[in-house]
Amino acid sequence: MLKFILKRLGASIGILFAASFLLYVLVINSGDPLSDLRESIADNRDYLMQQRSDYMNLDMPWFQRYWTWLVGVGGCFALKCDLGTNIQGIEVTGLLGAAASSTLRLVVLATVLAAIAGIAIGVLSAIRQYSGLDYGVTFLTFLFFSLPVFWAAVMLKEYMAIGYNDWMKDPSFSTVQIVLIALLFGFLMQVFLAGSMRRRLATFAVSAAFVAVVIPYLLWLNFFRYPQLGPAAIVVLSLAVALSGTAMSVGIRNKLVLYPALITVGLGLVMYYATFTLLTEPNTWVLIVGGILSVAVPGAIGHFMGGRLRKTAMAVSAVTGLAFAGLTVIDHIFRAWPGFLALKPRPIGTIGSQTPNFTGDFWESFLDRGAQLLLPTLLLAIISLASYSRYTRASMLEVGQQDYIRTARSKGLSERTVIFRHAFRNALIPIATIAAFDFAGLIGGAVITETVFGWKGMGQMFTTGLHAVDPAPVMAFFLVTGTAAVLFNMLADIFYALLDPRIRV
Amino acid sequence: MKSDIEPGEQELVSLVEVEDAELARKSSQSKSQGQLVRRRFLNHKAAMISTVVLVVITLTAFTSIGFAGIPGWWGQSYLKSSSVINGGAPTLSLWPSWLGGPGFAIGEHPFGQDNTGKDYFALVMRGTQKSIIIAVTVGALSTCIGAIIGAVAGYFRGWVDEVLMRLTDLFIVIPLLVLAAVLGQLAGSKLGGSIFALALVLGMLTWTGLARLVRGEILSLREREYVAAAQAMGSKTSRVIFKHLLPNTIGVIVVNATFAIAGAILLETSLSFLGFGVKAPESSLGLLISQYQNAFTNRPWLFWWPGMLIVTIALSVNFLGDGLRDAFDPRQTKKTRRRTKKEEVSE
Repeated sequence: MLKFILKRLGASIGILFAASFLLYVLVINSGDPLSDLRESIADNRDYLMQQRSDYMNLDMPWFQRYWTWLVGVGGCFALKCDLGTNIQGIEVTGLLGAAASSTLRLVVLATVLAAIAGIAIGVLSAIRQYSGLDYGVTFLTFLFFSLPVFWAAVMLKEYMAIGYNDWMKDPSFSTVQIVLIALLFGFLMQVFLAGSMRRRLATFAVSAAFVAVVIPYLLWLNFFRYPQLGPAAIVVLSLAVALSGTAMSVGIRNKLVLYPALITVGLGLVMYYATFTLLTEPNTWVLIVGGILSVAVPGAIGHFMGGRLRKTAMAVSAVTGLAFAGLTVIDHIFRAWPGFLALKPRPIGTIGSQTPNFTGDFWESFLDRGAQLLLPTLLLAIISLASYSRYTRASMLEVGQQDYIRTARSKGLSERTVIFRHAFRNALIPIATIAAFDFAGLIGGAVITETVFGWKGMGQMFTTGLHAVDPAPVMAFFLVTGTAAVLFNMLADIFYALLDPRIRV
Repeated sequence: MKSDIEPGEQELVSLVEVEDAELARKSSQSKSQGQLVRRRFLNHKAAMISTVVLVVITLTAFTSIGFAGIPGWWGQSYLKSSSVINGGAPTLSLWPSWLGGPGFAIGEHPFGQDNTGKDYFALVMRGTQKSIIIAVTVGALSTCIGAIIGAVAGYFRGWVDEVLMRLTDLFIVIPLLVLAAVLGQLAGSKLGGSIFALALVLGMLTWTGLARLVRGEILSLREREYVAAAQAMGSKTSRVIFKHLLPNTIGVIVVNATFAIAGAILLETSLSFLGFGVKAPESSLGLLISQYQNAFTNRPWLFWWPGMLIVTIALSVNFLGDGLRDAFDPRQTKKTRRRTKKEEVSE
């Protein structure tokens, strides 16, 4: 295994090296970096040209420029990075840190969202192959595949952000709108839950009626401007998570798994009151430690109470704990929402990664960054969601034809066990590879998204750098994305070998 | 399952073959592989609709404003400015009058006018022409390169394979959009920025996926007896590759060519939007969107039409590819469809 990893690593570094050489040569030959100065009529033209030549080492031959750059990058191993200076003489190393953090935040969040939603949709449409749901999902995925990113981005900006912000001034729905939303929701619910005609009708009626009652109630509460969750709602929702987690894994009657999950909910309620003041003015570390604890403690409970179903009990309790913690955070965010709206009356941002000169407490600036992040993340997630759901579906169908699935069915296991324990786990193996490739592809998509939404990220660094025939920022961009691509590919290979013992060498 | 197949034979005969045999029996004559593929394709509804849509769009784009000096049937030119009527709003209306709409009308400027009064239908049709030319060139070029590199790597194996596959890795490590942007800028400054230069450059980048797939196919095909027979009879290497091996991978190649075309349309639009693709005196759908993106609030149609056309073309090509895949390789679809039907019966 170690030999396998080392061999892969060696090949990857070689390829990265060759790719950097190729890209560097192409970039410096792609135009004339002095073209704007050549047409300039300024008095100090010659001085400006000389200055730019010094910044970009233009008087060196091309191989020496590349070598200088490479030596600077090599310094990274000695913790002294020097990625060169850009066309204005600013150190690229300093620029890269801020740019990379905002881009990676975007891409990582989008990948996680897309993977979770895409895999869920893929599994669902594979289980319901050739149903209305399957055809609908297939059509939508093809549509998302065919969507030009920037076109969709401008649409989102125009209809979601501006539309929502206008609506937010005075949230209201007319009766016709409520009826339409209720009918649509009922329709979607019956498509998702399926079943016999009677069951579909019942699902439709119940969910449509639910929406028709809830929306006026929320409007009456002025929920959209003063949202509230409260401990009671948190407990109800996390109980739902605990129960459905148990039902999906081993069945609701299994006490070995159910009890730890229920205890987690009880413990969560205690912690909700215990940490209330702390979470009103938290910092990032408090949230990280809290997040870790919310998984670790329920995991430990599951470990000690799970008995022979230890692993399942741990997983279900951990998920319940995480859900409770997440809902608690949402509760605090809801409390901060009115204050945030007062500071920023048009909440959803369309330009930049944060509002300039925004001052607020922790939750308010958290909300600000979240609101700026919302649209680009949504866009990237929608586009890569299509490939995830498509591959998951194909993979599930492939696995569904295997002999061991037939064996599992014929020995009388329930459909739930067959799908989640036998089919789903094996179907996930090829998805690990897709995720790695997808991450690298998404960074490319992020270039366009950042341009549309005016983010000062790596994409912007790349495009302005390339327009100015300025190799330093372009190569810095490549250094991050290329390393990420190689790293993720290798992780995928290792993951693959861990998950599937057959290909281990 | 029909009764004239012996129960013992059932496992031996794959379900696809049974299906094909049934199709053949119905028309009382046997069918060649190509006829079977064509038949399956013609039965694929989504693919057929997409084909019709694509043909209509292509014909309209090339005949309406004319192509290569031949004048078209559309009266307006994309160069001529005229006075802006009604803010340049589209005169096209499809809302029939018996539903309370203004009635079916094409009007003088069905897609509206831009801010200088140019007819937008002519502009969009010109962009569509260019986008289609780029996409088809890229598709053809990348398919040729990918098929040949994949076949050579798979056939010779050894160090040739190693070198060629590392080369594909090289192209995969650099994000496609990045490499395409750099080369697009290069093509713009060194090759004069014609759309063919851009298409050439993009075609040289997008072959990697197909090369890997073809290599995999060839690796297994080259072990067959008929290849050994051809070699034993003294066929030249090029003959073995082009006559015996590549035609057997036609399914993979054709399906991938369509997806390459769909990808090329989107890649070209993205590049033009970023300013590294098609440049101003030329035109393309992506460039149109990029030129008019600030006009969205006042003249949304300048944004809608090219975008809708891109989505429609890419969507149709993708569905076409899906139909072709089902036609060439029907294993997964048919088998599972049968199983579900059987289960429904037994319930």
